[in-house]
Amino acid sequence: MSTGTTKLDVVVSDVVPVNELVTRFHFRRRDGQLLPTFSGGAHVVVEMRDGERTRLNPYSLMGSPLDTREYTISVRRDDAGRGGSLFMHRHVRPGMEMVISYPVNLFSLDLRASKHLMLAGGIGITPFMAQTAQLAADGGNFELHYTCRTASLGTYADVLRERYDRRVRLYHDDRDERIELDRLLSSQPLGTHLYVCGPSGMIGWVCDRAAALGWPAETVHFEHFAAPQPGAPFDVMLAVSGKTIRVGEQQSLLEAIEAAGVDPPYLCRGGVCGQCETNVIAHDGKFIHNDHWLSEEEHRSCKKIMPCVSRFEGRSLVLER
Amino acid sequence: MAAKSIISRPVYGTLSPQPGKHHLFVTDAEGALAITDLAAKAPYGFFADAHIIFIPGQDGRHVAALEALKPAQFYQGPSFASALPRLKQTLANAHMGLRLYLAGTEGLIGQAMQAALEAGIDHTAIQTEHRGSLARRIQCVHCKGITENVTTQPATCSHCGLLLLVRDHYSRRLAAFQGVCINAEDRSEIPPTEEIFR
Repeated sequence: MSTGTTKLDVVVSDVVPVNELVTRFHFRRRDGQLLPTFSGGAHVVVEMRDGERTRLNPYSLMGSPLDTREYTISVRRDDAGRGGSLFMHRHVRPGMEMVISYPVNLFSLDLRASKHLMLAGGIGITPFMAQTAQLAADGGNFELHYTCRTASLGTYADVLRERYDRRVRLYHDDRDERIELDRLLSSQPLGTHLYVCGPSGMIGWVCDRAAALGWPAETVHFEHFAAPQPGAPFDVMLAVSGKTIRVGEQQSLLEAIEAAGVDPPYLCRGGVCGQCETNVIAHDGKFIHNDHWLSEEEHRSCKKIMPCVSRFEGRSLVLER
Repeated sequence: MAAKSIISRPVYGTLSPQPGKHHLFVTDAEGALAITDLAAKAPYGFFADAHIIFIPGQDGRHVAALEALKPAQFYQGPSFASALPRLKQTLANAHMGLRLYLAGTEGLIGQAMQAALEAGIDHTAIQTEHRGSLARRIQCVHCKGITENVTTQPATCSHCGLLLLVRDHYSRRLAAFQGVCINAEDRSEIPPTEEIFR
């Protein structure tokens, strides 16, 4: 069993379409007990039994951490994705029994901050739903800047405005509204921490500007679940278990290892937590590193790979698994 | 340069210019030289957004060298205590983008860092460089009194008079090293005193 991913047997208690792309799913424990405590920014890994295939996708918990009778996630349909969000939208119905992991938080609030400045882009709003609820409950100081494509795709924008009024500022791409980032970052009181969740371009932009304007790295928090990128199939020899496997075009290396009955540790499945770090024993070819965990030096060394998001192109690869 | 012993014992680096909108320097005595060394590596115009708080010490040296950097603001005072209200006021009005640089004695670095931590700056985000005296600020664990400028091992608590072993155990919250009674079992036993924190 994978580290930290003790499983929870749940039942889908509700499925609520939010807008044309996003649907919300509610889970309760099958035994009627309360779910484990979590903190704002936590995610769960949802297991999807899709025919022969098991999909494991991470989703941020978006309900209030003060209410553990149910967990809620919001899933944006990605028609060009690998199929996890389509499975959720098409096949998950109220009453269905599912298995999810315990919550894990890789994007937690730093509660020493005197103020929390949050920047969300699109579906990146979900962890902030839980974080704002957590902060509001004990008078925490926060400000949320939320960019969405159009008002109708501004998932939960209305809820947030209703709850927090002027602490929430909305920006609509179709109205050409843009965050004045430099001004925003330069006008924050000392002791502010910055949180950003959204498309990778937005995360990169915000982190770069924050660094240039003198925000210490310790005060900048971001969450970016890199979905595994598809690529050419490749073969891998697993030295410890003595198996040779093929990683399919739409499959991640981690998924292929799991499909072969080998169970490496994992938490995020998005290249950030470091749990599935795997040693390379031998290789002849080139690595396609897509993670945010290993250093650039480690990437160049070709001695380690994060199988949840990274791939390989070449003649042979032997891993210590 | 102080050697690393136990994990709480602060280690100091070498000041280097950081990206930022404003630069606040707090320094005493020979710490000024850490700032002039940094100036040699700093981009053009760096000190136009800088504020230097300087406690020159008895010989009054290095004032001219710091003024020559043409910082936006320059303050010199007779003691850290006299500079503290100014430091606190500056931090209270500051925005993210202010970078803090501390250079000089351990007592100065520790106390300025204490004010910075209270203002919400993480200690890992503060640039520090040790220059000059190794004299320590210690807290007696028995009476909780602070004794400044301790250079000997053991040292006498200036409040309760106990003879204290000066440990490397350091508190960022108190900005002080820990002093523990060295002869609690037998007060008549007086170990030799050495001057080791010069």
